[in-house]
Order: sequence, then C-alpha cells, then structure tokens
Amino acid sequence: MSSATTTMTHDVPPRWGLRAFIDKLRSGDEVAHLITLIAASVILLITCLLVLELWRTSYLSRTKFGWMFFWTKVWDANFDNFGAAPFIYGTLVTSAVALVIAVPLGLASAIFLSELAPRRLSDVVSFLIDLLAAVPSVIYGLLGIFIVVPLMRTTIGPALKSVLGFTPLFSGPNYGVGFLTAGIVLAIMVVPFIISVSREVLLTVPREQREAALALGATRWESTWKVVVPWARTGIMGSIFLALARALGETMAVTMVIGNNPKISASLFAPGYTIASVIANEFTEATGDLYLSSLIELGLVLFLMTFILNGMARLLILATERGGGRPA
Amino acid sequence: MNMKKTLVAVSLVLGAVAMAAAQGGQVLLNAAGATFPYPIYSKWFDVYHTAHPNVQINYQSIGSGGGIRQLQAGTVDFGASDGPMSDDQLAQSKFKILHFPTVLGADVPSYNISGVSGELNFTQKALAGIFLGSITKWNDPEIAKANPGVNLPSTDIVVVHRSDGSGTTYIWTDFLSKVSDDWKNKVGKAGTSVNWPVGLGAKGNEGVSGLVKQTPNSIGYIELVYAAQNGITFGKVQNAAGKFIKADLASVTAAAAGAAKDIPADFRVSITNAPGATAYPVSSFTWLLIPAQIQEAAKRDAIKDFLKWMLTEGQKYNEGLTYAQLPKAVVEKELKAISLIQ
Repeated sequence: MSSATTTMTHDVPPRWGLRAFIDKLRSGDEVAHLITLIAASVILLITCLLVLELWRTSYLSRTKFGWMFFWTKVWDANFDNFGAAPFIYGTLVTSAVALVIAVPLGLASAIFLSELAPRRLSDVVSFLIDLLAAVPSVIYGLLGIFIVVPLMRTTIGPALKSVLGFTPLFSGPNYGVGFLTAGIVLAIMVVPFIISVSREVLLTVPREQREAALALGATRWESTWKVVVPWARTGIMGSIFLALARALGETMAVTMVIGNNPKISASLFAPGYTIASVIANEFTEATGDLYLSSLIELGLVLFLMTFILNGMARLLILATERGGGRPA
Repeated sequence: MNMKKTLVAVSLVLGAVAMAAAQGGQVLLNAAGATFPYPIYSKWFDVYHTAHPNVQINYQSIGSGGGIRQLQAGTVDFGASDGPMSDDQLAQSKFKILHFPTVLGADVPSYNISGVSGELNFTQKALAGIFLGSITKWNDPEIAKANPGVNLPSTDIVVVHRSDGSGTTYIWTDFLSKVSDDWKNKVGKAGTSVNWPVGLGAKGNEGVSGLVKQTPNSIGYIELVYAAQNGITFGKVQNAAGKFIKADLASVTAAAAGAAKDIPADFRVSITNAPGATAYPVSSFTWLLIPAQIQEAAKRDAIKDFLKWMLTEGQKYNEGLTYAQLPKAVVEKELKAISLIQ
C-alpha cells in the first residue's frame, strides 16, 4: 500500500522556493497529501494526548502502588488500597468468553451469507446486521437483564452444571449474573462486527479462485474452506480484533449483567468486574484524590491491554501470512 | 427593505430584553452534586425561579463526589452532597465551605424470599451479619427470633448492593458501621462505595430492586423515595431504642428530631441509629455546600434568599415528592447560620 503512494510523489521532479511550493499546491496531489497528512497527525496527536493525560493524572496512584497495582487483588476506597488484578482478570475473561462464542457463530454466518445464500437475501440480512451494530449498548444491557440473566439462572446455568459441573469453570452458585452472562451479552454485541466485516472480505475474493478450485474437482465446501477463507484470512482476523476491541472497552451492558464484584474466581458463574465497568460505576463519586487517581490508572491499564492485544494481533497476522502465504 | 425592518425590530427587542435583564440584575447560579435530592432540587429551583424571575439556578446532578470537586475547583457557585465533607476535604479546600441540610432521605431493606410476602423485622445484628456474610441462611436464629410465626426457608441469602458510588450506599454503610464493630473493623467507615465482603453489585436503585425482584432469596437496600414511588415492599429495621420501625416520612423526620438536640454548629452530623422510640435508624440529611465567602454581592444575596426560602416555603414541596421535612429545631438553627455567608 505505502509503496504505491511513494512512487506517485516521486513522479514530480523536486523544485524549490515559494513559487515552486505554490505550483505544487496547485496540483491536487500535494493538497490531498497535505490534508490527509494533517488528518493522520491529528489522530496520532489525540492518542498521544490521551496517554499523556492518563499518565499525568494517575501520578498519585502510580507513585504509591508502583507495579503492585497490577497484582493487588483489593479495591478498597475506605482504606485507600487499590489494585487492578480483579478488573484485568474480569476484562480478559469476559472478552475471551465473548470471542469463543462470537467467532464461530460470526464466521459461519459470514460464510453462509457470502458463499451460499442468494445475493438478495444476503444483502437484506447484512443490512439488518449493520443495524444491529448500531444499537446502543444500554439496549443490549437491558436485553441481558430481562432475557439472558433469567435464562442463565433457570436454564443455561443448570444445564451446563449438570454436564460440565465437575470442572471448576462451571461450579459454585449460579446467580444468573457473572462472567458467563457478561460474555454471552458481549458475544451478541460483537458478532455483527465479525459477520459484517468478514462477509465484505469474503465477497472480495476473486471469482477465479473459486472456479479454479471447483475445476480441480473440489466440492463447494472444500473450495470455500480451503481456498476462499484462507484467501480472506487477514480481513477475517481484522474483524475479530475489531470485535475484541469492542468487547474490552464495553461498559454499560457489562456492568448491568456481570455482578460487579471485584473477585478473581475460576467459575464462570461467579460475579466479576471489568475495568471499564468500575470506572463508569465509581468515577462520579470518587472523592479522594488517590481513589480518583487509581481509577484513572485503571484507564491507563485498559489502554495498555488494548495496545498489547492489538500488537499481538498484528504479529499473528504477519506470522500467518509468512507461514501459509496467500494462495496467489 | 422588509428584511431591514425585521432586523431593526429584532435588535430593538433584543436590546429591550438585555436592558430589562440588566435592570433586574439577572443572576445565574451554577450548582452541581448529589443525585438523590435531584427531583426536589429541580422542583425548588423551578418554583423559586417562577417567583424570582431574575434568579436562575442551573443544577447538574453529577454525583456528590463531582459536586465537591467542582465546588473546590470553583467551577460552580455551590455544591450538593449526600455525605458531609470529611475533615480532610475541608482542610484541603482553599476556602471555607458551609453545610446546609436540605431534606432527609432513608434506605430500606428490600427482599425476595420464596414463601414470604409480609414485612420482615430486621435486628441491627441481622442486617450487619447478612451484609458481612456471617449470616448466610434465611432461617438463621438472628433473623427468625425477630419474626415469630414467619416460615423462613433454609436457603442461602443472596446479597445485592449498589455497584455505582452513591449516597444511598453512604447511608447504609454509615448505619452498619455504627451498629456493628465487626463491620467497622472489616469494612470500615461509611463510604459511597466500599469493599463489600459478599454480594452482587447492581447499578442504581432500579438495578438493585430489579436484581432483588429477579433473584430468589435475595436482599438489597434501596432509597425510601424509590421504594415508595414504585410500591416495593420493604422490611422494618430495629432502632436504637430496640423498636422495629417502618420507614416513612414521619419516622425519618423523627430520626432527625432525635439527633437535632446535639447537632453541631456546622451541621455535619450523621443521624443513623438516632435516639428516639419512633426514629427510623437508616436516615440521613443531604446537604447543600455553600462557600462562606461569596465575592459577587448579587450572587451572595440570591443564595442567601434562596436558602431562606428553601427552609421555609420550600419545605412544603417535600412530601409531595416523598422527601421527609426537616425538623423545626434544625430549620431554626439553619436560618441563623445563613448570616455566616458573607
């Protein structure tokens, strides 16, 4: 991508001086270059300012707790003792549950819509899916409270317990709210992103790829699974990481169904807490300076987590591209 | 031509309005803070504005913590809080801040127990034990002895508390820390959010009451105003005199009256577990936070006049919105304290 733009700008032989500069501006290329450059720098600037501000305002908490902030399991405003561990754990567990559910579901739907469904049906359904992606998260929270929570307490929970109750993941009391419920609600929220983006990517796979596979005697499913999906792999990964980013930062819907209890428990039925939820819950009433500073440091931790996970995603994409390579 | 005429007309009207405003000394007051008294505050500010068109009070219910912060930062003219400011907070403040109690609030225990529909009695020990996690079954002797004849199940108690920082939690934990040494040692003093030993957190009164309604054998605490407006059944709580009292406007005002005799000059007083046979023990004032020195004379006069109105006329609007009235003794002390604003 970047190689194309650099060759374009080098077409014009370099000239110097004000006149040359104005000449350059006259040709649309330079103006477009300037505008897009400014736009890109603004994004960079906002990100830097955000980190800087979080870093600056979390000073009290950073100096008081240091690295222990990451390991401490207590969150106690009364005794001014704050640790991020239960929140980091809750954020990771709920996002993981969400992806475990949403990725197979989303990918299968995307494959059906792009490869198997009639085009008209596919367009109508994907329009509806795009609408789903625009639903405010508090609505998903209400859906969670009124449908998923009772269902989890009376049906899903007991069923899972009777089958998988021997594992620590599905033991302990089931209140209806907890990690699993939050993960399910998150899965419902992020699945439209996976479907929508993956379907678009699958649709861009050249028709020749499918035809070639079919001509070689592959069945329709073989051509889809072995040729089309690997071709679109990078884009599908991208959709998953978009979904992950939304799951990590989701506030409202999660806080309505997770039970808001800063504890680290192995059981998915147990109540937990996420970083975004605790900030939303406690920020307005945080009166102590250290308390406020710790909440802001949690924000910094969430930023860091997103940064690390995104970096890992990039590496993963690079590795798969090098390993398998595109069927070109 | 027409356009020009309209413009002239508009500017004349605008000029007239501006002059009227200048003559009337239009005063705009900004305030921010507690969410619990927001319904009565917005009613007061509205009625007061109708009676005094030149004074407009703009109140943002962003939470007590935010109210205190904005007041200290000088971005609002006065603040509001469900808990009194601590000595530390007052010491940190660059200027002197006065507390004025405005209305009374209370928390009630709401529960959902299979097979129990009536109003339960809760001893102080029972409530502390349930929220500490040391009482785990509904048929625990501490609960059963206060409720003879009620068939309590042997099921586990599910505790529900507020997840968002709130004045409601402040009142509830203030009560628990007063009546239980265990609570005071383990969880500590009153706070808008504390490190709960047990339970599920839900956001807002609606979140707690919703989760209690949904979850069998659960108990949570909600604001009296919210419970009354939504017809939610709640239990009686044992007061300092050992009586089981149901929260209502009269028993909450009685709690304030019981505590009024010893009210300190700065009005920073907790009235949980107040003396008096009819006092409801989980009650509290909510306060306006006013700077002791206000530079602008117009603003100072407006605030002083509003306070006077709020303590006399304004109190009449309380009961319509199910807020308990301040006892007379407190009103008299506050009216005197208004002169401290300079």
